Amino acid sequence: MHIPDGFLDSKTAVATGLLAATGLGVALRQARRRLPPRRVPLLGLAAAFVFAAQMINFPVAGGTSGHLVGGVLTAVLLGPSAGAIVLSAVLIVQCLMFADGGISALGANIFNMGVVGTVSGWAIYYAVSHAVKGLFGCVLAATFAAWCSTVLAAVACAGELAASHTVSWTVALPAMAGIHMLIGIGEGLITALVLVAIARARPELLQPEAATGPGRSYGTVAAYGALIALGLALFVSPLASQWPDGLDKTAEVLGFKTKAVGPILAAPLADYEMPGIPGSVLGTSIVGAAGTILVFVLAWLLARVLVPKASPATEASPRRAP
Amino acid sequence: MRHDFLDRYSRLDSPIHRLPAVLKLVAALALVLTVVLLPKSQPVLLGAVSVGLLAVAWLSRVPWRFLIRRVILLEPFVLGAAMLALFQPGGWRLFLFLVAKCTLCLMAMVLLSNTTPFSDLLRLLKAARVPTLLVTTLSLMYRYLFVVVDETQRMKRARLSRTFTAQRTWAWRTTATVVSQLFIRTSERAERIYAAMCARGWR
Repeated sequence: MHIPDGFLDSKTAVATGLLAATGLGVALRQARRRLPPRRVPLLGLAAAFVFAAQMINFPVAGGTSGHLVGGVLTAVLLGPSAGAIVLSAVLIVQCLMFADGGISALGANIFNMGVVGTVSGWAIYYAVSHAVKGLFGCVLAATFAAWCSTVLAAVACAGELAASHTVSWTVALPAMAGIHMLIGIGEGLITALVLVAIARARPELLQPEAATGPGRSYGTVAAYGALIALGLALFVSPLASQWPDGLDKTAEVLGFKTKAVGPILAAPLADYEMPGIPGSVLGTSIVGAAGTILVFVLAWLLARVLVPKASPATEASPRRAP
Repeated sequence: MRHDFLDRYSRLDSPIHRLPAVLKLVAALALVLTVVLLPKSQPVLLGAVSVGLLAVAWLSRVPWRFLIRRVILLEPFVLGAAMLALFQPGGWRLFLFLVAKCTLCLMAMVLLSNTTPFSDLLRLLKAARVPTLLVTTLSLMYRYLFVVVDETQRMKRARLSRTFTAQRTWAWRTTATVVSQLFIRTSERAERIYAAMCARGWR
């Protein structure tokens, strides 16, 4: 899902760059306030871990293989802000050292995978794991959240490609969302297996206090929520409204290329029209909803298999590997 | 240990390597932006840019085989994304144009990362007032990337030497255990690093 250089036009690159910078800024601010100093080195090491873990291949049918992306795994283990910083660091290094993901698309990549993927994944994890208790709930929530975060990041990515007129919406959305609904299943499965293995070996790493959540800092929650909503409004709103899309119109009205930082906030609303729902969009939405429910059931079954009732893993004391 | 997929040639000595890092970063950025913003009707300019890039590559003395291998290695991602353009009417021209543009940008970035040490880029970020926490995270990541990759390779070798063969049903579970072990070891290492940093008067 790393967007290379040349796929985004200037207005999309600038808009995603601003969104990513704001998101990363919120994450850094929160981490500086709430992250205990002893966990600062863990951010760098976790980034190195994600990088190395992405090189470990999981065999998929037919000789192909997949790998972990790690957004939700990091967010579950370290908290959403730390997760966003870690994933952003990985993306920056991949871009500058390996030319993996374009430098003009760095903002888009950080926004899709580092902010939307991590923070929204964590929000879904938080909601589900509070509804269903214990390790079973944790595994169920992480699996489901990993799938959702993969699909959401792919939808944001498709929206950015469409907003740049690289590909049209009707092609980008079904292709990206469809492929990543399958990839997301793999991501969810790996996340679940890794979490269960960590819970067996070192349960204290999965304790709620280990991850620094937003806690009572409603400002951070609001900032993240507003940012993701804004991003989706800019790039995914063409799904609901007619051509030309909101971002184009915004760029036209404001003379975006010169300077328009503040007014972007209000523009999508000003441009909003009553949704006309073309058939393909309705079809995509129905498939999406059905897929989401199916994946939730699958995640439930997987969690049941991995965490049997009254599993010794839930109350086991920390065990060392021999 | 094999790290040669990392920034292997960034510390060579050549006219390009001796240029200040700021200049190279700005030049790479400017080149990428120019290529990205080129209109579809100007294939000649793409040719001109590629001649310039080839000249820089020649001056930098980074081996050709390495450069070509890196670009080919990254090309599947570009092709995958560009494939989306093929699904729409008249997508062929757009497809070729996208692939050409992306390949040039890839070449520019591969050249940047192999003529400029990453620590120089980090110093630039610090000078540009990027928040300290992010720069610290990036520096620690760069420093321990090699260590963690080593650790991964050691674990893989240990597994192979114990004649573990991946059974399809168990492969995922075993590999997931490896990933989880890697995380546990990494977080333990982070604790040791914190102790060492404190001992040396950090903060």
